[in-house]
Amino acid sequence: MAFKIIASQCTQCGACEFECPSGAIELKRDNYVIDPDKCTECEGAFETQQCAAVCPVPKTCVPA
Amino acid sequence: MTASMISLDSLASAKTSHRRLTIAKSSNCKSSSCGSTAKPNDIDAAVWEKIKDHPCYSEEAHHYFARMHVAVAPACNIQCNYCNRKYDCANESRPGVVSEKLTPDQALRKVIAVANEVPQLSVLGIAGPGDACYDWQRTKATFEKVIAEIPDIKLCISTNGLALPDHVDELASMNVDHVTITINMVDPQIGAKIYPWIFYNHRRYTGIEAAEILHERQMLGLEMLAARGILTKINSVMIPGVNDEHLIEVNRWVKERGAFLHNVMPLISEPAHGTYYGLTGQRAPRPIELKALQDRLENGAKLMRHCRQCRADAVGLLGEDRGKEFMLDQIPGELSYDDRNRAAYREVVAQERSIHAAAKSEAIEMVKAAGPDGSLQIAVATKGGGRINEHFGHAKEFQIYEASPRGIAFVGHRKIEQYCRGGWGDDATLDAVIVALEGIDIVLCAKIGDCPKKRLADAGIRAMHAYSYDYIETAISAVYAAEFGVGPLTATA
Repeated sequence: MAFKIIASQCTQCGACEFECPSGAIELKRDNYVIDPDKCTECEGAFETQQCAAVCPVPKTCVPA
Repeated sequence: MTASMISLDSLASAKTSHRRLTIAKSSNCKSSSCGSTAKPNDIDAAVWEKIKDHPCYSEEAHHYFARMHVAVAPACNIQCNYCNRKYDCANESRPGVVSEKLTPDQALRKVIAVANEVPQLSVLGIAGPGDACYDWQRTKATFEKVIAEIPDIKLCISTNGLALPDHVDELASMNVDHVTITINMVDPQIGAKIYPWIFYNHRRYTGIEAAEILHERQMLGLEMLAARGILTKINSVMIPGVNDEHLIEVNRWVKERGAFLHNVMPLISEPAHGTYYGLTGQRAPRPIELKALQDRLENGAKLMRHCRQCRADAVGLLGEDRGKEFMLDQIPGELSYDDRNRAAYREVVAQERSIHAAAKSEAIEMVKAAGPDGSLQIAVATKGGGRINEHFGHAKEFQIYEASPRGIAFVGHRKIEQYCRGGWGDDATLDAVIVALEGIDIVLCAKIGDCPKKRLADAGIRAMHAYSYDYIETAISAVYAAEFGVGPLTATA
C-alpha cells in the first residue's frame, strides 16, 4: 500500500518531503512524487499519514 | 543644503556611488553628528541601534532603507482562511505571493545581485511564502550563506508562531534581531473562525483545539523572544465581524509580553484570489475603518502605519517593488559581492537624515505653535529620502500625514493607479485617484499639470508643487502656518 500525489493539484511547497518518515518523497523534475516501494503509509510510525495531514490542498495526497 | 539635494537625486542610482562619496566628504558637515540626532526622543538608544536602518521597524528609516525577501520557505504548518496556497500571480502585491521559489544557493545569488545594485538594501527577510520557522532548514541555510558574504545585512523572519519556540535559540545565535509573528487572536473561539487546521506534533488539529495550541505557542514564542532582547513585531489581519474589535484585546496581550510594534493590516479578500474568505464573501475593512481601529490602539503597543503588505519576494524601498528586475534568469551565474555602493550610500544617508531630523523637529514645533484647533489631512507624493520628490502623475501611492496642534504625524498611505503614462493622463484613472483621495485637504507633489490640478480643485482638494524637493514635514509646516496663521514662513530645506 502507498500514497500518491496528484501533480496537477500540488503547490510544490515540499512540506510532505520533510515530514515523510520513510524518505519516500522527492522532487523529480517539476513534481513531488512518492516512491511506492518506500511508502509505508506511516504504519508503525504515526497515527496519520504525514504527507496527507500536512498537505495544504484537499484531495492532493491520496491513497494510490 | 545644495549638497544633500544633489546626493539625494543620485540615491536611487547604483552607478554614482563614487560621486556620492565625494559629495559626502566635501560637504560642510564633518560628521554625522551635525544637526540633531536622528533618534526620536521616545526610543531608547539600544533599541534605536536595532531599528534605525530597518524600513519595517522604523517609520523614519523607511524613507532611506530597503529590504528584500527571498522566497526559500514554501512549506507551511497552518491553513489560514485568508490564504490560498495555489494562487501565484506576478501582478499581485500581497503576502504569500511569489513568482519563483528559490533554493538557499539561488537566494544567495539573488541577495548579492540586489546588494550590488540597490545601495539602500539593509535588511534580508524570509517571509514564506510558507512559514520561515516551519521550513527551518531552508531558512537557516539561507541566512548562514548570506551572512558569510554580507556580514552587515540585518536578518529577519516572519512566522505564524507555531514552530517558533523550537528555533528561538538558533535565531538568537544567528543574530536575527527582528521577528514578525502574525497574531490574529488571543481567544481560541475567534481563532477557530480564522484557522481551519494546524499541523503540530505530527498530526492535524482542527477547531478550538487547533486555535488553543496555536495561541499557546504564539505567546510562548513572543515571551522567549522578548527574554532574549529580540525585537518582535506583531502583524494582525483585521477581519471585519471576526476579529476587528478583538484586536484591542490582542494589542494589550502582545504589549504585556514585550512586543515592540503592532501592525494592523486590512484583510485582502478579492474573490479572484480564491481564498476561503474571498469565496465566502467576507469583506475587507474600508481604509477609514482601519484607521479608526489604529487610532483606538494608539495607547497600546507602538503601531506600524507604513506597512505595504508586500509580496514574499519583494525587493526595494517599501512601496516600490523592484522584484521583477531580479528574477533568477536576469542574474549572472557568477557573482561576487561589492560593498562600495552600500558603504557610500550609508555615509551619505548618515548625514542627510540627521539634517532631515533637525528640519523635522523644527517643523513639528512650528505646527504646535500655530493655531490651536486646526487640522489638515495632507497627501504627499514621494520617492523616498523624506522629500516631496514625485510628480503627481507618476505616483503609485500617496503618503498621508495629519497636521494638528499635536504636531505632524504619518498616518498611512493610499495606493492608486499611476495617472500619467507616457506624457498624457487618463481621465478615468484620475477619477479613481480623486476617489482615493477622499477626505484629503491638500496634495503636495514635485509637479502637477494645470488640468489635473483643476480637476482636484473641483473636488475640493488643493494640489501644490510650490514645495518641490523640500522635506515633507517642512512643507507641511509651511502650509499649515499659512492656513492657520502664524508668523512668516522660514525654513524650507
